Amino acid sequence: MKNLLILGAGTAGTMMANHMHSKLSKKDWNITIVDQFKTHYYQPGFLFLPFDIYTSKQVKKNGKKFIPKRVQHIQEKIELIDAENNKVSLESGTVLDYDILIIATGTKIAPDEIEGMNGPEWYKSVFDFYTYEGAKALRNKLREWEGGKLVVHITEMPIKCPVAPLEFAFLADSYFKNKGMRDKVEITYVTPLGGAFTKPKATEALHHLLEEKNIKEVTDFNIERVDYENNKIIDYADEEVEYDLLVTVPTNLGDEVIERSGLGDDMNFVPTNKATLQSKAYENIFAIGDATNVPASKAGSVAHFEAEILTDNILRYINGEPLKAEFDGHANCFVETGNGKALLIDFNYTHEPVEGTFPFPHVGPLRLLKESRANHMGKMAFRWIYWNMLIKGVHIPFVSATMSEKGKNFETVE
Amino acid sequence: MKKMIANREIEVNEEGYLVDFNQWDREVSECIAGECNVVMTDKHWEVINYLQDKHKNEEPLSIRGIKKSGVVNIKEFYNLFPGGPLKISTKIAGIPKPKSCI
Repeated sequence: MKNLLILGAGTAGTMMANHMHSKLSKKDWNITIVDQFKTHYYQPGFLFLPFDIYTSKQVKKNGKKFIPKRVQHIQEKIELIDAENNKVSLESGTVLDYDILIIATGTKIAPDEIEGMNGPEWYKSVFDFYTYEGAKALRNKLREWEGGKLVVHITEMPIKCPVAPLEFAFLADSYFKNKGMRDKVEITYVTPLGGAFTKPKATEALHHLLEEKNIKEVTDFNIERVDYENNKIIDYADEEVEYDLLVTVPTNLGDEVIERSGLGDDMNFVPTNKATLQSKAYENIFAIGDATNVPASKAGSVAHFEAEILTDNILRYINGEPLKAEFDGHANCFVETGNGKALLIDFNYTHEPVEGTFPFPHVGPLRLLKESRANHMGKMAFRWIYWNMLIKGVHIPFVSATMSEKGKNFETVE
Repeated sequence: MKKMIANREIEVNEEGYLVDFNQWDREVSECIAGECNVVMTDKHWEVINYLQDKHKNEEPLSIRGIKKSGVVNIKEFYNLFPGGPLKISTKIAGIPKPKSCI
């Protein structure tokens, strides 16, 4: 018997358990998945929780429900990956041997990285919305907040779902409009990037939306500390932005087990071949989703596309065949823009998001890089797709793992 | 596009970053620095050397990397290259502008 071990039962790990279960014969392979948490969160829902669009129940389920019965599911903290000896030890002292290891330990926020952030004002006037606890605390705060300066802030790149803070700003605009108090709220978007997003075409479109919604932009802001006593954030160039309510995306780091095991880079992300998803250090270790250092967005859609390619590559590895260098960095994201509308972006390592139609060339029904209600309906439908198809590893019709160039208005194709 | 730097024709992109590192030398560096209102000192060169080493090894550049570099702290880095330290220092170093990636 051989052992396939998956670390992490989030979006990527759960998908891999489902994919590998259907591909590996029961008589030759044991499959084990380890995660310390019982609850599987629908993380895109954390964006909606603060605005009372989703209830807390809609964003969490028991994770075990999504793991095939044949896969051994261990709910325990991972102590160490001993890659030299193909072993993983758990907190209780249990040691698991593996022939192939898939690292899907994700990324998490590290508010301690910035002085004053995780201080006495944490969850009082300084919040994150990247955790269930943060999103829920922020919901309670927003329900009673009487207005003032709302600052939506990104600490440093890379972050999970780079469009989420923008969406938060857009949704805040419509939330306060609907409450009849938009005139009492000043919204400022503060980013370390030179513009609203990481890709020029989308930045232009999103900048326009920020202007339209009267959201101020502060760019190139590299935060040094949160001065929680005087309600301001200060950057290394001594620029200051005042807030009454700070909604920040703290530094995102890979899991500490990656650091403890000496398998990560500066930010605990696993150095990974960006096209094959094999780790750079060990040929029997593969990495997927937010845990890798590949220069793609850290997002569920990316993990979904990676999962299809990684499944093929693990089978090739088992059969002694060369791996396919196929992953192109494909990401597909709905961007909520408020008032029941959204825009959709589809891009990869080399092609930035452009206008066009999706998934059918020239037909749609979804429009790329343009606000529409259909896109918003797509985003809302996605919660169902997530629980019922995506993490179960069911292929989503008409959407391929690598990006399609059809129906898109590229000015130049690299 | 081509640009006259230090009385030579140098290939640069639309933002003024060198396209071919082989065209870089200290004289070119000094000229670009001058355009960015930076007067080069030993400390500046130390940073430039560090950035070029990182680039040679294909290691991505970030503010966090600078913090851990042991060459300068971030306050100093801002003082040396006021405005946008990473953007300006990489231009002077003749290497591509870091993509704050994704």
